[in-house]
Amino acid sequence: MSFFSWAWDWITQPANWHGTGSIPQQLLAHLGYSALPLIIAAVIAIPSGALIGHRGRGATAVINAANAWRAIPTLGLLVLLVVWLGFTPLTWLLPLVVLAVPPILVNTCEGVAGVDPDVRDAARGMGMTAWQQVLRVELPIALPLILVGLRTSAIFVVATATIAAYIGLGGLGRFIIDGLASNAYGPVAGGALLVVILAVLVLALFAGLSWLLVPAGLRGRRRQG
Amino acid sequence: MLTSTPRRKRGTIAAAALAVIAIASLSACSTNSTSTSSSSSASAPATSAGSSSSSGGSNPLSPTGGGAVVVGSANFPESELLAEIYILALQAKGVKVTPKLNINSREVYYPQIKSGAISIIPEYNGTLLSVAVDPKSTAKSTADVDAALAADLPSTLEVLNPSSAQDSDSITVTAATAAKYHLTSIADLKPYASQLVLGAPPEFKTRADGIAGLKATYGLTFKSFVPLDESGPITLSALTGGRVQAADVFTTTPQIITDKLVTLTDPKFNFAAQNVIPLVNKSALTPTIESTLNAISAKLTTSALLQLDAAVIVQHANYSTVAAAFLKQAGLS
Repeated sequence: MSFFSWAWDWITQPANWHGTGSIPQQLLAHLGYSALPLIIAAVIAIPSGALIGHRGRGATAVINAANAWRAIPTLGLLVLLVVWLGFTPLTWLLPLVVLAVPPILVNTCEGVAGVDPDVRDAARGMGMTAWQQVLRVELPIALPLILVGLRTSAIFVVATATIAAYIGLGGLGRFIIDGLASNAYGPVAGGALLVVILAVLVLALFAGLSWLLVPAGLRGRRRQG
Repeated sequence: MLTSTPRRKRGTIAAAALAVIAIASLSACSTNSTSTSSSSSASAPATSAGSSSSSGGSNPLSPTGGGAVVVGSANFPESELLAEIYILALQAKGVKVTPKLNINSREVYYPQIKSGAISIIPEYNGTLLSVAVDPKSTAKSTADVDAALAADLPSTLEVLNPSSAQDSDSITVTAATAAKYHLTSIADLKPYASQLVLGAPPEFKTRADGIAGLKATYGLTFKSFVPLDESGPITLSALTGGRVQAADVFTTTPQIITDKLVTLTDPKFNFAAQNVIPLVNKSALTPTIESTLNAISAKLTTSALLQLDAAVIVQHANYSTVAAAFLKQAGLS
């Protein structure tokens, strides 16, 4: 018996696709537990990153702090919040947002800060205000890097949203944790495999997004950068 | 930075860094994790596997020297505390004792006590029976479990008298809930269970004495089930915060005192008895040892054990101090 045979046998069992706690139900829940923290993290990190990258001052400090922040153990934070806050939405949202912010923040900051100084100068020369420079010139140029940051965060969050099951919520982690508790290898392997498949789908989604949103002129930019 | 460093110096730096990491990880691995860290649950006797990884201190198979009796314990606070009590009581009676505490799990220490490398260890009769001796046993009450043990233990082993102290699964509610519905036993839940949410470890869904057992034994069907942890911070937080109205809290969890929780009685034995009981290798047993340990068991009640656990887990008191105080108060030192 191998990981794949346990996973496959469990995933292909029709009973696991119906009723409460079924695979489709937990998949949907898992998407919810992943999407919301990612959106919140983007709303926090992209404007902040753009601001810091545009100003230039304090960028190094912020990037170092964000990278150090990645060391926070998400599961530990979750248990701490359960004790402090009880079972509120913030209890599971906060650890996942904390996890998702650094890659987006760092990439946005680097992306905006790395805009060609001549281009910035031209924008200023055209009479654009700071806001206009950021919104119409710097962010669009930084878009490939920002998308990479979003993609990285998305994969972290999809993989880590399994911890929601630790506090009795749903998602793909439910199969893994329940399986571990009952010594049942099927759900553990199956749940893990589903998380991996979901992460790969997220990768594909961002590849598609990148193809759609990034103009041709910017696409080779990272190689030249 | 690194591109300007000559290659040989880079290699030396890399080697030094690797050496530091290797030494740090080796020393971290060999450090015995003590119970003063985070654990808020007294023990997990109802689960079959013990806690993970810690490599433990001494080699249990090393010679004990001079006919000393080896008292072992498992890797959780309550077990260590019970072993300390045994050790101090035996020493007071002039028995030479070698402690071998914090052995990882039953999978590790059971073969050792069978072979005689360990002489005495505090055990729980229910899980000893269902995990190590006879997994198919259906014995539930103290009397039945002890009888099954007497019949099926390997020939080198013997259990002494059980104490009345039990550390078992339970259905526990807050004081407010108990007052509201006038609850003293699990049976009292029957008319109200459909309004209440139950919280317990995830395996409750599949375990015979879990959801299915509560239905079969007491006719209970709860409104819903929330899978939590093994009587740890998540379960306790859920119960006190109102996320669940009834939870599986192990009966010697100190928060029962500090959070004023009410453990419902289990008169029909849905959960098998888990009396604290000394497991002994017959070759080490003497009349002195037998009478000393039996005297301890006679004085050890669940509430006494609960108070002792609270002292070491919540107040971080020294194990020997707490053990000595218990023996003195029980007139056994």
